Amino acid sequence: MNDRVLRVQDLSVHFKVSEGGFFNSQAHVLKAVNGVSFDLSAGETLGVVGETGCGKSTLARAILGLIKPNRGRVLWLGEELGKLDEETLRQKRKDLQIVFQDPLAALNPRMTVRDIIAEPLWTFYPKIARVQVDERVRGVMKMVGLLPNQVNRYPHEFSGGQCQRIGIARALVLNPKLVVCDEPVSALDVSIQAQIINLLKDLQTKLGLSLVFIAHDLSVVRHISDRVMVMYLGCCMEISARANLYKRPLHPYTNALIKAVPVPDPKLARVDADTGLTGDMPSPLSPPPGCVFHSRCPQSVKRCKLEVPALRRMENGDWVACHRAEELDLTIGD
Amino acid sequence: MSLLAVRNLDVNFDTPDGEVHAVTKLNFSISAGDALGIVGESGSGKTQTMMAVMGLLAENGHASGQALFKGHDLLQMDTAELNHHRGKEIAMIFQDPMTSLNPYLSIEKQMVEVVMHHQGLSKAEARAHALEMLSAVRIPDPERRIRQYPHEYSGGMRQRVMVAMGLVCEPDLLIADEPTTALDVTVQAQICQLMSELRRKSNTAIILITHDLGVVAGLCDKVLVMYAGHPVECGSVEQIYYRPRHPYTKGLLDSVPRLDQPEEKGLHAIPGNPPNLLSLPRGCRFRERCPKAFADCVEAPPMSVDSEGHAYRCFLDEPA
Repeated sequence: MNDRVLRVQDLSVHFKVSEGGFFNSQAHVLKAVNGVSFDLSAGETLGVVGETGCGKSTLARAILGLIKPNRGRVLWLGEELGKLDEETLRQKRKDLQIVFQDPLAALNPRMTVRDIIAEPLWTFYPKIARVQVDERVRGVMKMVGLLPNQVNRYPHEFSGGQCQRIGIARALVLNPKLVVCDEPVSALDVSIQAQIINLLKDLQTKLGLSLVFIAHDLSVVRHISDRVMVMYLGCCMEISARANLYKRPLHPYTNALIKAVPVPDPKLARVDADTGLTGDMPSPLSPPPGCVFHSRCPQSVKRCKLEVPALRRMENGDWVACHRAEELDLTIGD
Repeated sequence: MSLLAVRNLDVNFDTPDGEVHAVTKLNFSISAGDALGIVGESGSGKTQTMMAVMGLLAENGHASGQALFKGHDLLQMDTAELNHHRGKEIAMIFQDPMTSLNPYLSIEKQMVEVVMHHQGLSKAEARAHALEMLSAVRIPDPERRIRQYPHEYSGGMRQRVMVAMGLVCEPDLLIADEPTTALDVTVQAQICQLMSELRRKSNTAIILITHDLGVVAGLCDKVLVMYAGHPVECGSVEQIYYRPRHPYTKGLLDSVPRLDQPEEKGLHAIPGNPPNLLSLPRGCRFRERCPKAFADCVEAPPMSVDSEGHAYRCFLDEPA
C-alpha cells in the first residue's frame, strides 16, 4: 500500500555486555530487539506494549536512527534511514520526533519554556526571524493546552502533566509526520494520564500524525491505538487490530497481560485474578531456546521448546508468533 | 477496639518557601485483620501519613494529633519505644525494593538480623524461619537464594523478599506503600495474590497505599480517598466504587483506563492540576477542578457521615 510511511523490516539491535570479574569476564550478546517487523500508515497509531526489558525503548531509538541496528532496515517514506549520509538523515529528523517518559528529566532546567520549545526551530532554521519563532512557540503552546503567557517560566514551575505538555509541544514545533512516544504517561497520576492520552489523540486527528505509542500496560494504549504490538524479550509476539486484540488475543502472553490489568471494580477484581503466568522473566542474556515465552507459557507444548515460531499473518490480517495460534481460543470472558 | 486509630492527624513541613501542609485533620481506624486502601495522587499526603505514624518523618516535618496503636499513642513515643513496635508488630514495605534493601548485605544477613532481634531466636532458628518465609513468598530454591545479594534478584523477587521480611515477625499490621508501583503488571498480579493469601492465613491487618484503584479493588475492604492532604471520602469498597459521594472519587474512577468496558466510552480526565500545598485554596480543596462546584464551596465542607457509615467531604447530598 502507498500510504505506508514507516516500514520496519527484521530489525535487530544487539548489545555486547561483559559479565563476571575483571580477570574472567565473559562477553555476551544481549539481543534487545530481535527480528521485529511492522508497517505504519499515515495517521495511524501503533501501540507497543511489553514488560521491563522487552526492548520497547530500544526499538523506539532504532526507529529514529538513534541506535544503529545490527540487522534489518527502517524505511521512512521508502528511504532506508541507515543508508543516508549524516546531513540527509539530519534533515529527515524534522519529520521524526520523540516524547520521553520522565517529563522533568527530558527538559533542561536552565532553559525557559520558550527556549526549550524553540530549540528545534533554531537548529533547523538558523536564520528564522525572532517574531516568527515567538509566534510558532505560542501557537504550539496553545495547541497542547499551555498558557502562552507562561513562555518565560522554567520547567520546575510546572507540574508533571504540564511538563509533559511542554515535551509534546517541543516534539510538534517542527510539524513532524511521526512522533514516537516512549512511555509518555507512565510517570503521571491517573487523572493527568487521561488528560495527556486525550490530548495526543486530539492532536493526532487534527494534525494527521502517525504515532508509535509505547507503554508497559495494555489498558493505557487501548484508547489511542489502531493496532497493538506486544513484545517479550526483544521479540514481537503479536500485532493485532485493537478490536481483535482485546477481545480475542492470539498469543498466550497477550492473554496473560490482559488478565493482569487490575479492574477497578470490587466484584470483578476478586475473581479471575490468576494470570496463569508463573515465575519471572528469564534473563535477556540467556533467553530460552525455541519460543522465548515457552518457559512461562501455560499453553506450551514440546514443539515450543525446540522451534522458534515465526511471526506469521493470520486470515484476518493480524500477526502472531505462536505455533498454536489456530488451535487456541483465548477469548476474553465477560 | 481498633488496632490503629489515627485522630486529627496534621503533618506539616517547614521549607524555605513556607510551611507545607501535607496532611490536614485526618481520621481513620483499622481493626485486626482488616485491609484498608489509602488512595490518592502524588502529593495527596498518603505516604506522609504513614511516615508520621511510623515516626519516620524527615527532620523538617512535624506531626500533631494521635496515632493510637493498641491504645498507645505512637506520636508520643521516643525512638526506643517505637523500635519495640516497629518491625515486630508493625511492618512496612516501601515502593522501591532496590533502595530499601541493603546492597552490601546478603538476603540471609538482612532477614536473620530482623528475626533474631525481635523474636530472640538463635541464629540457626532464625535462619530456618527466614527460609520458611522465603518459600512462603514463592522464591524458588530458597537455600541457594538466601545467600545471594539484592542485585542478583529481579525486581519482582526483591519485592517478594520485602514482603517476606515484612511478615517474618508475624506483625499485626503491615503498611505497604505502593508495593507494586515499580513492578510490571504480571508481577504486580503475583504480589497482590501473595499479600491477600498471607493476610488470610495470618490475619494481618494491611494498610495499602496506592494510586491504583484496580489494586485496591482486589485487595481491600475499606477505602480512604485523599486529595491535597485532606481525606475526602471513606467507606467500604462497594460504597466507594459503586456509590461514590465525592466528585473527586468519581473523577478518579472515570479516569482509570479499563479493559472491562467498551472502548467507545473514552477516557474522562479531571481538568487542571492539584493545588500547591504551600498556598492551598480557601474552602474545598478540589473546588477549582470540580465539575459540580457552586458558591458554597468557598467554605470548607465538613466531613459528613451517612446512615451506612459512608463518610464524605462535600456539600452536595447526592451521589457524585
